[in-house]
Amino acid sequence: MANVASTDAPAAGLAVIEIDHGTARLHRMIFIGIAIALAVAPFIAYPVFVMKVLCFALFALAFNLLLGYGGLLSFGHAAYFGMASYVSAYTAKNWGLTPELAILLGTCVAALLGALFGALAIRRQGIYFAMITLALAQMVFFFSLQTPRFTGGEDGIQAVPRGKLFGLINLADDRTLYWVVAIIFMAGLLAIYRIIHSPFGQVCKAIRDNEPRAISLGYRANQYKLTVFVLSATLAGLAGATKAIVFQLASLTDVYWSMSGEVVLMTLVGGLGTVFGPIVGALVIVSMQNYLASLGAWVTVVQGVIFVICVLLFREGIVGVIAKWIKKPL
Amino acid sequence: MPEDIILSTSGLTKDFGGFTAVNGVDLKVKRGSIHALIGPNGAGKTTFFNLLTKFLAPSKGAIVYNGRDITREKPAEIARLGLVRSFQISAVFPQLSVLTNVRIALQRKRGDSFDFWRSEAALKPLDEEARRLVEAVGLSAFVELPAVELSYGRKRALEIATTLALDPEMMLLDEPMAGMGREDVERIEALIRKVSVNRTILMVEHNLSVVASLSDRITVLARGQVLAEGDYASVSKDARVIEAYIGSGGDHAH
Repeated sequence: MANVASTDAPAAGLAVIEIDHGTARLHRMIFIGIAIALAVAPFIAYPVFVMKVLCFALFALAFNLLLGYGGLLSFGHAAYFGMASYVSAYTAKNWGLTPELAILLGTCVAALLGALFGALAIRRQGIYFAMITLALAQMVFFFSLQTPRFTGGEDGIQAVPRGKLFGLINLADDRTLYWVVAIIFMAGLLAIYRIIHSPFGQVCKAIRDNEPRAISLGYRANQYKLTVFVLSATLAGLAGATKAIVFQLASLTDVYWSMSGEVVLMTLVGGLGTVFGPIVGALVIVSMQNYLASLGAWVTVVQGVIFVICVLLFREGIVGVIAKWIKKPL
Repeated sequence: MPEDIILSTSGLTKDFGGFTAVNGVDLKVKRGSIHALIGPNGAGKTTFFNLLTKFLAPSKGAIVYNGRDITREKPAEIARLGLVRSFQISAVFPQLSVLTNVRIALQRKRGDSFDFWRSEAALKPLDEEARRLVEAVGLSAFVELPAVELSYGRKRALEIATTLALDPEMMLLDEPMAGMGREDVERIEALIRKVSVNRTILMVEHNLSVVASLSDRITVLARGQVLAEGDYASVSKDARVIEAYIGSGGDHAH
């Protein structure tokens, strides 16, 4: 007979514990810290670079909502990011929509696509779920490749006008656009924080931890999984749509499977299942891509090495390790 | 007297590609009783259990709960009807605190929690009852601890507290004593006795002394079929039961 001592190993890769009052205060401080960092960033760094980091950070945050808190590994998140990017670029350029409407429309399309793909994918679990999301995302890629009238094919949609926010504020200036992107990012981050800690988020975490048990308590797990999937796809779409306006470009890269891989990498490097990890992960990966760009194809190799080191040495990711260190969830 | 029966199965059968794990089982569980299901390894107890809780779909037969045919219901739906199961391996939410584990079950009373825009503060009113339930199973000292850090026996206690939070009319316990030390067995036994008031309990259990002291009625399964049924005294004297246990190498050594 087994003794009374605990023999269960903690679930691998996740550093999440519960939230208490001290933690809530710490999180509030971090939010204030991020706000301050956002306020000074354009004055010490190149605004377009910071905007790129913010778009990818929001993308990674959205992905982490699904994997870290819903326990669902999607290998096809580029579909929502990329499709929103196309829709936002196309409508801003060809329909002359103002940027906020183009971004809104792109986000809505990502939500619809998420609802459709999510409904198909959640019928299977684990690796099968991941493969279905990948397959569906590849369909979106080939659709994008085959419809140059909409996507511009290999060229993508170039020279997207940044336009005037609400028809009033000209966003052509990087600094002006930066504040808009910073606000979108902060709103996305706060939304995700709220979702994670909402009554809905509690049930999602329960389903992530032990789905059969959650079902046996009367929760219709699939409906929760679909909801969190749609929320994640929507926020990924918000990131992609914003990215199209920032870079005035939507291209096949945005819907390619390597984009889905990159967001997994950012999340794992930063800390899966931590609130703030994906931001750090996006910062690290985007910085590497920018500053190591002269290495050409070797960037991918360097990324691969970092990924291997991460998996071998600190599976909880950068923020996950810090969280373990200070014994507080981050 | 049909009004006394809370759960009944008729001709319940489950085939796994040629192998019949459960073969035409008729079972009647009386309202308010503690009913035990025993049998040697491979007798089909766990399969039968999974059929009752809809985690498996039966090949043939029917399940009636409170006069309602639940043969084709989904697992989440029967939980909503008041028929709640436990699992053989301790079923807790490992990364959530002890309090949150119980609160997840209490949240069910709010209906479906799809309110992702609302703050966690919306759940504060449930904390008091969650604490009461945690205290009832003797885990007050561990309220804030993530469930993963609890000892095995305490995880089982937490699981029972979580199940009780739903205030189920009937509890299905799948080997509640599996892998437990003597002290824990006594504690959980007392707990089951305590919570059985005004409830019906059907449990699969290997520990025969627990079965003897707790259950009002025992059904013995062997090779997917009902071998014998009755109270402990009559079942334990049944020659076929003794043979089935000794013939299989015997789990009764527990």
